[in-house]
Amino acid sequence: MHWDEVMSLVRKDLKLEFRQRWALNGILLYVFSTVFVTYLAFSGKMDTGPWNALFWIIMLFASVNAATKSFVQESNARQLFYYFLVSPQAVILAKIIYNLLLMLVIALLCYGVFVLFMGSWVVNHALFIAALLLGSSGFAGILTMVAAIAGRSGNNFALMAVLSFPLVLPLLLTLIKVSAASLTPAPFSDHIGNLLVLLLLNLLVVVLGWILFPYLWRD
Amino acid sequence: MKENLWKWLGGILILYSIFAGLLIKVPDLPVIHESIRNLFYHVCMWFAMIIIMGISFINSLRFLRTFELRYDILAAEAARTGLLFGFLGIFTGMIWAKFTWGEFWVKDPQLNGAAVTILIYLAYLVLRSSIDEEQKRARISAVYAIFAFVLLIVFIGILPRLSEGSIHPGKGGSPGLGVNGLDSTMRLVFYPAIAGWVITGIIIWKIRVRLAHLKSRIEELNG
Repeated sequence: MHWDEVMSLVRKDLKLEFRQRWALNGILLYVFSTVFVTYLAFSGKMDTGPWNALFWIIMLFASVNAATKSFVQESNARQLFYYFLVSPQAVILAKIIYNLLLMLVIALLCYGVFVLFMGSWVVNHALFIAALLLGSSGFAGILTMVAAIAGRSGNNFALMAVLSFPLVLPLLLTLIKVSAASLTPAPFSDHIGNLLVLLLLNLLVVVLGWILFPYLWRD
Repeated sequence: MKENLWKWLGGILILYSIFAGLLIKVPDLPVIHESIRNLFYHVCMWFAMIIIMGISFINSLRFLRTFELRYDILAAEAARTGLLFGFLGIFTGMIWAKFTWGEFWVKDPQLNGAAVTILIYLAYLVLRSSIDEEQKRARISAVYAIFAFVLLIVFIGILPRLSEGSIHPGKGGSPGLGVNGLDSTMRLVFYPAIAGWVITGIIIWKIRVRLAHLKSRIEELNG
C-alpha cells in the first residue's frame, strides 16, 4: 500500500462528488430540512438537554445517509478495476478520509443551522469543537466499514441503519456526554479522559477496518 | 456416551439450582428481600450468553482464516443460541426489576448493554438472511460479527464510565461477578447454576449445529 494510492483515490472521489453534485446537495438539504422540521416541532423553544440530544441524533442520521452510498455508487466492474490497481487497505483508508471530509461538512452545516434557528448553547467552544471533530471521524470510520458490509448485500439502504446504530452507540453516548459538558461552564481539563476514549475508539475502528476490509473485497 | 454425560451434568446442575435456589435460606437484605433468589436464574443467563457469543466470535475468526463453511455454521448457531439466553436474561431481569425497582425498564448501564448486545446479534441475523450465496454470506457476516463483537466489548467497558453508576447491587462496573455481598450458602447455588446453564447452552448450540448440517444435507439431496 502506498500513500499516493490513498491520495489519488480520495481525489477521485472528490472529483466524482463535484461532477454529480446532487448527492452532496441532497445531504446538505437533508440536514437543513431536518433541523428546520425540529425547529417547527419545538416551536423554537428548546432547552440544553433536547438541543444536545437532537443535534447528535440529526448528525447521526445525516451521517448514515451520507455514508450509505460509499460503496454502491460505483459499478461492480469498476470495483474490479480498482481491485487490480490498488491494495484493499488503500481503498478503505481513502473512503474513510473522504467520508471524514463529508462528515465535517455535515457537522459544520448542522451546527450552523442549529445556531441559526435555535440559538447556540455552547459555552466551552474548544470542548464542543473537539467533540465535533472526534465525532465526525468516528462516524466516518464506523459508517464506512458498515457501508462496505451493507453494500455487499442485497438491500443496502434498509440494512445500513440496522447494522450501524448499535455499533455507533458507544461513540454516540460518549459524544453526547462530552458535548453536554460543553454546554456548561465546565473546565476543558475535566473531560480529557472522555476525549481520549473517543480518540481510542477512532483508532480502534480504523485498525479494525484495515484488518477486516480485505475480506469484504475479494469475491 | 461422553455427550450424554455432559447432558446429565448440565441437567442435574440446573435442577439442583432451581430447587436449592428456592429452598435455601437467603440473607434478608433491604429492597431485594426474597427476590434475591432470582440471582440464580437471571445472572446465569448473562454468563451463558457472553460465553456463547465468545464462541461465535472465535468461530468467525476461524472462518476468515480457513474459509471452511463449517466454522460459519458454528458461528451463526452460536449467535442464535446466545440470543436465546439474551432474551431469557432480559425477561427474568424485567420481572426482577418490576418487583424491586418498580419499573420493567430502568435507566441503568447494564440494561442498555444487554439491549445493545441483542440488537447487534439481531442485525447480524438480518444481514445473514439478506445474502443468498453461502460463501459470500459467511464471509461478510463473519466480518460484521468480528467488527461488532470488538465494539461491543469496548461498549461494555465504556458504559460504566458514562453513567452515574449502576443501580444493580454489588456493582462497581464489572457485570456479574464481584458480588461482594454474596454469602457462602448462596455461592453454593450460584456457581453450580452458572456452570449448569453454560453447559446446557453449549449442548443447545451443538444440537443446533447438527440440525443445521442436516438441513443443508437435505437441501443438497433435494436440489
